[in-house]
Amino acid sequence: MGIGRESDTIAAISTALSNSGIGIIRISGGEAIAVADRIFRNGKKRLSEVPSHTVHYGVIYDGDLILDEVLVLVMRGPHSYTGEDTVEIDCHGGVLMMKRILETVICYGAVPAEPGEFTKRAFLNGRMDLSQAEAVMDVICAKNEYARKSSICQLKGSVSRKVRELREIILYQMAYIESALDDPEHISLDGYGEDLRKILNPVIDDVEQMIRTSDNGRIISEGIRTVILGKPNAGKSSLMNVLVGEERAIVTDIAGTTRDMLEEQIRLGDVYLQLIDTAGIRETADIIEQIGVSRAKEAAEEADLIIYVVDGACMLDENDEKIMDMIRNRRAIILLNKTDLDLVVSKEYLEEKTGHPVIAVSAREETGMKELEKMVSDLFLQGKIDFNDEVVITNVRHKRALEKTRDSLKMVMEGIDKGVPEDFLTIDLMDVYEELGLIIGESVEEDLVNEIFGSFCMGK
Amino acid sequence: MPYLEEYYDIVVVGAGHAGCEAALACARLGLETIVFTISIDSIALMPCNPNIGGSSKGHLVRELDALGGEMGKNIDKTFIQSKMLNESKGPAVHSLRAQADKQDYSREMRRTLENTAHLTIRQAEVSDILVEDHRITGVKTSSGAVYHARAVVLATGTYLRARCIYGDVSNPTGPNGLQAANHLTDSLIHHGIEMFRFKTGTPARVDKRSIDFSKMEEQLGDETVVPFSFSTDPESVQKEQVSCWLTYTNSETHRIIRENIDRSPLFSGVIEGTGPRYCPSIEDKVIKFPDKERHQVFIEPEGLYTNEMYLSGMSSSLPEDVQYRMYRTVPGLEKVSIVRNAYAIEYDCINSLQLKPSLEFKRIHGLFSGGQFNGSSGYEEAAVQGFMAGVNAAMQVIGREAFVLDRSQAYIGVLIDDLVTKENHEPYRMMTSRAEYRLLLRQDNADLRLREIGYQMGLVSEKDYQYVKEKERLIEEEIKRVENTPTGANPKVQDFLNCHGSTLLKTGSTLAELIRRPELDYFMLTDIDEKRPVLAYDVQEQVNISIKYEGYLKRQKQQVAQFKKLESKKLDLDFDYNQVGSLRKEAVQKLNLYKPVSIGQASRISGVSPADISVLLVYLEQMRRTAR
Repeated sequence: MGIGRESDTIAAISTALSNSGIGIIRISGGEAIAVADRIFRNGKKRLSEVPSHTVHYGVIYDGDLILDEVLVLVMRGPHSYTGEDTVEIDCHGGVLMMKRILETVICYGAVPAEPGEFTKRAFLNGRMDLSQAEAVMDVICAKNEYARKSSICQLKGSVSRKVRELREIILYQMAYIESALDDPEHISLDGYGEDLRKILNPVIDDVEQMIRTSDNGRIISEGIRTVILGKPNAGKSSLMNVLVGEERAIVTDIAGTTRDMLEEQIRLGDVYLQLIDTAGIRETADIIEQIGVSRAKEAAEEADLIIYVVDGACMLDENDEKIMDMIRNRRAIILLNKTDLDLVVSKEYLEEKTGHPVIAVSAREETGMKELEKMVSDLFLQGKIDFNDEVVITNVRHKRALEKTRDSLKMVMEGIDKGVPEDFLTIDLMDVYEELGLIIGESVEEDLVNEIFGSFCMGK
Repeated sequence: MPYLEEYYDIVVVGAGHAGCEAALACARLGLETIVFTISIDSIALMPCNPNIGGSSKGHLVRELDALGGEMGKNIDKTFIQSKMLNESKGPAVHSLRAQADKQDYSREMRRTLENTAHLTIRQAEVSDILVEDHRITGVKTSSGAVYHARAVVLATGTYLRARCIYGDVSNPTGPNGLQAANHLTDSLIHHGIEMFRFKTGTPARVDKRSIDFSKMEEQLGDETVVPFSFSTDPESVQKEQVSCWLTYTNSETHRIIRENIDRSPLFSGVIEGTGPRYCPSIEDKVIKFPDKERHQVFIEPEGLYTNEMYLSGMSSSLPEDVQYRMYRTVPGLEKVSIVRNAYAIEYDCINSLQLKPSLEFKRIHGLFSGGQFNGSSGYEEAAVQGFMAGVNAAMQVIGREAFVLDRSQAYIGVLIDDLVTKENHEPYRMMTSRAEYRLLLRQDNADLRLREIGYQMGLVSEKDYQYVKEKERLIEEEIKRVENTPTGANPKVQDFLNCHGSTLLKTGSTLAELIRRPELDYFMLTDIDEKRPVLAYDVQEQVNISIKYEGYLKRQKQQVAQFKKLESKKLDLDFDYNQVGSLRKEAVQKLNLYKPVSIGQASRISGVSPADISVLLVYLEQMRRTAR
C-alpha cells in the first residue's frame, strides 16, 4: 500500500461471487462518480449532476460495446458507507458479467479495492467504530444465518453500548478516588472499598456474561464442536462419511480402525458443525489406540455437542457404560445405529437410562439423518441460544480484551480485600478502562489498526 | 543607537521562583547570565502562602532538587515547621510541606544568587524583546538599554499589566503593592505571541495578638523532620518548630458572603481574568459547595520575625468591610485585626500551547519561558518550569539537545506536557490526579529517578551522583537478600507473627513473603531478621516499598511501557496535516496549530479523537513502508 492510497478511487464486487440473480459493484472515492459517468449512459442527466441518494436506470458501456442494463445508486460523501462519494452498480448476476463490469470500471479510472478496504475507509472516515468495522467482517465471513444475525446486532453497536456503559462506571470511580486525593477536605474515602466492591460486582458479572457469549460466538463462526463417540465398530466412521458426504474416514469391519481423530466442517440444515470422529472407546493394550482413546475423551470434554453412536446389534457392555458416564450432564444425542440389522438394544431403554434423546438410524442405509438434522437444529437454534437481546462477542480480539478486563477487575477486588491504599486501586481500574477502550477503539494501541485491517478477509 | 549595550549568553526576565531557578541553572552551567527584577528586594518573594510543598507540589520540589535546582535547599535552610502529609495513605501520595520564614526564604535565595559566579542581577523593567528573523537577539529595558543575548527566558510571574482588586478598589500594581510591568505585553503581542489574562487571589494577613488560639486546634510539625533536599544532612533540620492552627468557617460566615456576593468584583464583572478552580476563594467555595456547613481555615505564621499570620483557605476579593465581618465570624478570629487586606490579582500570561516541550517558543528561536507567565499557579510549579526553561536555554546555547521529561518520569514532565498540550483557560495547578503513573513517581524516589538526568545536565555534583549510585546498589542488594532469606516456622517467628495478629506459618517462607502481608512491613521484621545489615532509612524505605507493592509497581511499569510506545512515534514539527486525507477537519486544525512532537502528545490534544490517532498511525505505517 503506497502513500496517497486513500485518495484513490477503489472498486470491487461487493456481493458474493456466485450465479445469483443480482450483483453489485461498488465504487468509492473522490472520482467514483466521474468513473461511473464514463461508462454509464441513460440519455438523460450525467451522474455528476444528479442529487445524492438517487437511483438511475441505464446501460453500462465498455467504449461502444453494451455490457448490461443496470440500476445505479449515487451517494455523495460523507453520507455513504465509506464516507466518500460512492456509486453502486446493480447489474445482472453471474460471475462473468460482474467481473467484466468490474474490469471496465478499473479500466476507466478506479483501482481494485484491497481486502477490507471499504470498511477500512468507513472506519478511517469516522463512519463506524472498531467493533462495528470488525462486525462487518464477521458478517462477510459468517457461515450461517444465525451468525449473521449476531454480527448485525454487533454492527448496530450493542457491544459498543455495553462497553461504553461499563467504562463510564469505571471512569467515575477513578475520578472519585482521584478527586478525594486532591480534595480530602471535601471528599472522603472512608469505607470506600466496600462501596467499590458493591459497584464492581455487577460489572464483573457483565464482563463474564460477555465472555461466555463469546463461546457462543465461537460456535457461530466456526460451527458447533461436535464429537462422535462410540465403542469400536459402532459405525462412527460410517456416520461421519454419510454426514460429510464423501469417503473421509476409512471404514472397515475391523474394530479399532480409526486410531486418531478426523475433523470435518459440515452443514446440517441451517447449522454448521465442526465434526470430530474419534477412536472407539474401549480398554485396549494397543498403545497407539490407547492414545486415540484418551484423545477422544479429551475432545468429548471440550465438545459443544456429543453424538453417541450405539451399536444396536450388540448388547451394551462396559465400554458403553463408560461412554454413558462421559455424556452425563452434557448436551448429547444418541444414535441407535444398525436399524438395518436385528436390534438387541431398545430406544426406550437408552432414553430412560441416559436421559438424552435417541434417534434410530442406519448409517449404512443413510436413514434417520433428517431426524438428526432437526434435532441438532432444535437443540442449538430454538433452544438455549438466543441472539436477539444478548450482547454476543464473536471476535477473538474482543474476547481477549474482556478476559484481561475481568482479570484486572479481580485484582481490584483483591486489593480491596488486602486493604491497599485507595490510590493503588486506580492502577487496575485504569487497566480495566483501557482494555474496554480497546474493544471500541477508544484506547489506541500501537499497530492495532494494521493488525485489524490485516485480518479483514475480503473486499466488502 | 542605545546609550548602553551589554552582551550576555542568557537573559532571564524576572527573579521570582521561576526566574531564580532559571538564572542559577544557566550561570552554574558556566554561561554569562543576567537576571532582571523590578525590585531587588522582591527576589524569590512569597507574596501568597507562607509554605513550600504540599500535596503533589512537594513532589515537584524534590524532583527539582534531584535535578540540581535550588528550592529544596533554600527551604531546608529557612523552614520553621515541616510536615509529611497523607502519612496514613499510600506512599504515592505522601507529600512534604514546610512553612517558611518568608523573609528568610527570600533573603537566603538572594544571597545564593549574589554569590553565584557568571550571574549578574539588575533592577530594571524589561520592556521589549528583540527578535530578528524569528530568532531572539536580546531585550531592551524601559530606560532604553539593550542587552544582547543568545537566549532569553521570560519569567514575569504575575507582574505583566498587573492589577490588584478588592471590592471596588483597584490598584495598578503587582503583588504587595510592587510596581507592575506595563510595557512588555505590547512587545510580545507585536511579535505574534498570544496572551491570556488570568487572575489569582490571596487572603488577608492578620495580627497574631488579635487571635484567640484557645478556640483552635494546634497543628504541630513532625517529630522527625525529613528534609526536602537529597543533599541536606537530615540531622541539620531537626530543630524547634512553630505551630499552625486550624479553625473553621460557619453558617454565619457563609451568610455574610452570600449577602454581599454582588459586591465581589468577580461577580460584578470588574475582574476579567479567569481564576484557578482548584485554589478557589472563600466566596467561590461557598457558592460551589452550598451544602457544606463549614470550610477549613489554617492560620499560618508568615515568619519568626513578625506577628503577621496568613489565613489559609480564605482568599477573597470582597470589599474591606465585608472582609472584616466575615473573618470575625470565625472562632478565634472574633476580634481579629487585619494587617493587609485580601485581594485578587489580574495579570497577563501566555497561551502555553505556543511552547515546545522544551519550553521554547515554537515560532521564536531562543525564546524560552517559565512560571506563572506560562499560565500556571504556585511557587513550586513556577520553580520547576523556570529550571527546565533555563536548562534548555543553556543547552541550546551550548549546542546540546534539549532535556524533556515525559509523563512517566516526573511530575515535572506531567506539568509541562499538560501546559504545552492541553488547552488551559485557568491558572494550572499541579495535582496528584494529573499524574497517571504516580505510584512510580513518588517523592521518596525522586533522586533514584532523576539524579542521573541532573548529572547529565551538569547540575548535580559527582559526589551527589555517586551517592545515589551507591544507594541504588544497596537497595538492590538488600531486596535480593530479603527475597532469598528463608524463615522457618520456628517459635520466635511464630511469636512475632502472633504478636502482630498475622497468620502463623505452616511451612517455611521468606522474609519478602512476610513483608508482602498487609499487616507487616520491612521495618517490623527487624525483630526476626537477624542478619539485617545496617542501612540508612531512605534505603530501607525503598526496600520496603519495592517488595510490599511489587505487583502494583510491575503493572504500572507495564502501563508506562505501553505509553512509551506512542511517545516514541515522533512527528515532524513542519508536517502539514492536510496531507492526511482522512483526518477530521477539527483534528487537522488542532494538529496544524499545535504541531505535537509525537503521536502520544497528539493523542492528548483536545479535539483529536482516538479514531484520528488510528488514522495517523496508519499513515505513519504507510510512510514507513514506502520509505523502505
